Amino acid sequence: MNKQTRKKFLDTLLGGGLIAWLGAIIYPVSRYLVPPRTPDINPDSLDVGKVSDFQTNSAKIVRFGRKPAIVVRDKNDTFHALTAVCTHLDCTVQYKSDTEQIWCACHNGIYDLQGNNISGPPPRPLTQFKINFKNGKIFISRENMA
Amino acid sequence: MNNLMAWLEERFNISAATKFAAKKKVPVFYGTVWYYLGGVSLFLFIIQVFTGILLILYYRPGATTAFESVKFIITKVQFGWLIREIHSWSANLFIFFLFAHMFSVFFSKAYRKPRELTWYSGMFLLFMALGFGFSGYLLPWNELSYFATKVGTDIAGAVPGIGEFVLRLLRAGDDVSGATLSRFYGIHVAILPAIFTLILGLHLVMIQVQGMSVPPEQENLPAEKKKYMPFFPNFAMRDFLIWLIVLNVIALLAVFFPWDLGIKADPLSPAPAGIRPEWYFMFMFQTLKLIPAHVLFIEGELLGILAFAFGGIVWFLVPLLDRKAHQGKRSKFWTFFGIALIVYMIVLTIWGYLV
Repeated sequence: MNKQTRKKFLDTLLGGGLIAWLGAIIYPVSRYLVPPRTPDINPDSLDVGKVSDFQTNSAKIVRFGRKPAIVVRDKNDTFHALTAVCTHLDCTVQYKSDTEQIWCACHNGIYDLQGNNISGPPPRPLTQFKINFKNGKIFISRENMA
Repeated sequence: MNNLMAWLEERFNISAATKFAAKKKVPVFYGTVWYYLGGVSLFLFIIQVFTGILLILYYRPGATTAFESVKFIITKVQFGWLIREIHSWSANLFIFFLFAHMFSVFFSKAYRKPRELTWYSGMFLLFMALGFGFSGYLLPWNELSYFATKVGTDIAGAVPGIGEFVLRLLRAGDDVSGATLSRFYGIHVAILPAIFTLILGLHLVMIQVQGMSVPPEQENLPAEKKKYMPFFPNFAMRDFLIWLIVLNVIALLAVFFPWDLGIKADPLSPAPAGIRPEWYFMFMFQTLKLIPAHVLFIEGELLGILAFAFGGIVWFLVPLLDRKAHQGKRSKFWTFFGIALIVYMIVLTIWGYLV
């Protein structure tokens, strides 16, 4: 084996070793930085309170699984339940009783009470939840998710 | 003193450094005043490190402790309010002076050969300073910062392909939570300072090695018409005087215009009206507000993000793109581009605050 080939061999060995060594550091660190997925706590339905807890033309935000949901009792005493997360940039929406609309304060996005995006930047409607009444209580569920 | 210098000289050859410092000179012309902006930015960074370390001693990250600990700092700890106010004001001025420094460098074409790397390192420093601002904004865990972080991380999440990965990486989960706070804290007080200090060191070394840049028309002047002043003590003393003025201005701002701590973040409360990010993100925030939900087949949000990313890359690569600057000439196009950018940023920022 001449000197040149031996040098090349050693260079490759050292270079390869260096790459392997870097990989052995970078791989576990990069995996460490990605948070583990925790199982979704997604109950199928949620008790959001008594009918009498809601005044006409008002709303309440509740935690449904991981995300907030908004339950609205409109002027005609009809209930609406929607996800409360704006489809634009993830802000939590609120009910505007004067205009009877769902409003996102972050970028002035507006939805109607069926969740349809009617004005501003939101690209998609809010997801509607099914509402059931039982013994004077209101339950929302994901069964009818759009 | 002389004995000490002789002792050090014998061991470290410090006369090489003092000779270099004695020879260092600064060009004197109509634009000399712009040279102070980089120094002021450096001074503000030093203030940030100093006050930041003091805040760490009492701050406790976590969804149930962060807001309370900041409240404790500003209401119970002696001079805690002062340290926090100086940290907040200095942070804002830091970003302001970085932008001013960047534009002064841009318009004097200082990014041209041989200083391309100084420009790139400066841009990295600016991006990191914005990262400092974004991560630090969340730390008091108040309503405004909570939703600003939701929006900001969601924007990162909209990047095609890697969006979801980046979003989870930033939030340390799917939502903005106490875990996000811990992560932002780590980024703010450990990761960013370490990388920032390293790049800042490189940035300063490059400036020392290459000296101050002058605009093309100054560079082309005959040697007898070029004027200089020694860095030590003439320029350095002026630098210190400006630093002193800046420190006084910060103290006045901290005392007379304190930052509001706001209301504690509650993931179940709706986003409050008047929510807005820090002023230096306002032009982007306002742009996203104005873009319609869909432009042709593409979502407005994504379009905005792609446009900002493209704009950022073009700005970053200006040393490569401005070919005229390398020949020692001013390119009208790039000057106009810079002015247009400043006008756009100012108009959209004011608009954002008025609406």
